[in-house]
Amino acid sequence: MTRTREWLYAWLLLLPAATLLALFTHYPAVANLWHSFYSTPRGSRPVTFIGLDNYRALIDDPIFWQALSNNLWYAIGTIPLSIALALLMAVWVNGHLPGRGFLRLAYFTPTVLPMIAVANIWLFFYTPGYGLLEQVTGLFGLPSHNWLGSRSTALPALMVVTVWKEAGFFMIFYLAALQSMSPHLADVAAIEGASRSYFFRRVTLPLLMPTTLFVLINAVINAFRVVDHIVVMTRGGPDNATALLLYYIFEIGFRFWDSSYAAALTMVLLTLLGAAAILQFAFLERRTHYQ
Amino acid sequence: MRTATGVQASYRISRSLEAIGAWVLGILWVMPLLYAFWTAFHPPAYSTHFTLSAPLTLQNFAKAWQAAPFARYFVNTVILVTMVLAAQLVLVTLAAYAFACFRFPGRDVAFALVLVQLMIMPDVLIVENYRTMTALGIKDTILSIGLPYMASAFGIFLLRQTFKTVPRELDEAARVEGCSPLQTLWKVYVPLARPTYIAYALVSISYHWNNFLWPLIITNSVESRPVTVGLQVFSATDQGIDWSIISAATLMTTGPLLLAFLLFQRQFVQSFMRAGIR
Repeated sequence: MTRTREWLYAWLLLLPAATLLALFTHYPAVANLWHSFYSTPRGSRPVTFIGLDNYRALIDDPIFWQALSNNLWYAIGTIPLSIALALLMAVWVNGHLPGRGFLRLAYFTPTVLPMIAVANIWLFFYTPGYGLLEQVTGLFGLPSHNWLGSRSTALPALMVVTVWKEAGFFMIFYLAALQSMSPHLADVAAIEGASRSYFFRRVTLPLLMPTTLFVLINAVINAFRVVDHIVVMTRGGPDNATALLLYYIFEIGFRFWDSSYAAALTMVLLTLLGAAAILQFAFLERRTHYQ
Repeated sequence: MRTATGVQASYRISRSLEAIGAWVLGILWVMPLLYAFWTAFHPPAYSTHFTLSAPLTLQNFAKAWQAAPFARYFVNTVILVTMVLAAQLVLVTLAAYAFACFRFPGRDVAFALVLVQLMIMPDVLIVENYRTMTALGIKDTILSIGLPYMASAFGIFLLRQTFKTVPRELDEAARVEGCSPLQTLWKVYVPLARPTYIAYALVSISYHWNNFLWPLIITNSVESRPVTVGLQVFSATDQGIDWSIISAATLMTTGPLLLAFLLFQRQFVQSFMRAGIR
């Protein structure tokens, strides 16, 4: 094939995917910025250029700040815990414990279920006076508590659901990494008299670093991307205590139909995800160097 | 200095402690699910009353099935998942082939632009994509749920890596035999990438079976709603709070996927691993 024909061929192969990507990823990201500078059309009022007004409104919007800080706390509360549990699960399932098959199934099953189904199950679990949690705390004589209905416990209650659902998913990646490790390493370490915890800290953990980075970035994206459980369990309440950023965008965009303010909010989310992207590229770059 | 038997004893103790920990965590992990099963298969009177004499029943499932058009929701989801997967397989294969086996100006820039979607997924571009679907006049259709996901950066990335491991000699041999690039793709690359395709298909199916927020926004009628949205509409409005029926509906909507997972557990786990290693 001549060079120009090869070029043409390659671009033709790319064309279908590129068109859809441009239409539903690149265009909306740019259009989003554009629309955030205009007002939302309402009734007879036409769209007008309002410059940075939406962003000024955003800075003065206490619910936006609340949603942002909720989201950060949600990330801090779920990511380290689910990664630590995932690692623990992977080590256990990779070892020679009795009932390994059952354990792997138990840890992984929440991952295959839809978040919406999971949320329904947990909604029932948390129901005051009736759900399983209340039954158990009742046995110990603890007073009844509305876990999802009070400001202080609603977000932590949702974090538990997230950790429950995600830990098993991340376990898989650790398990894959552990299984690709040479068993000779452990044998050699045992002959040299290294204890298991020493071996784990000094050999296994460093070798799992690339996996941890991969899992970490996925966890960060998920913390900002998944709000299905909020829709089912709390609708952002009580008093915005569980409003995450994407959920707030959903409310503004599709309950109050203020699409240009929602566009400005989306820009904040895109900036956060963009920052994560830059971090990932930096790390991926480093990873490919020593492969 | 510890004696050999002392080391062995402490080793045994730590092993048993670990086994206990693993099982406690495992039981905690299945508890919410077992609870949902208990509630769904027993009469409402027993939903928080645990006794071995509780009668089993399928009534809750029958009631849930009649209370909402779940059959239609299932059909919608199956159509959605099939359509998205079919489109993804074709688009992703062609694009990955171009990136893996061709040299052309702008390749690296184009690839970087594809990778953008790994971070900025359609899930967060709901406001603009809703506007686009309205402009295209396809709001509230199954097509509009699937369209933003059909060009999958994840799939392109995954398959490009696989194609790159195909020995160059096989490609050249096919060319010498007179195969066109598309024939080479079909006869050499696609068969060799089978495990990757299976892994990708399983991940894609479970993702789109479970997807919720975008379908909730873009659909508005029984004819286009997938089961996840149907379940939400059902448990939020139609049903008051009869937990037995809601649990039954929840298990029902998850049933096919859960069953497939239990039957093909090993393949599922291996596929997720394969898709994750990259």
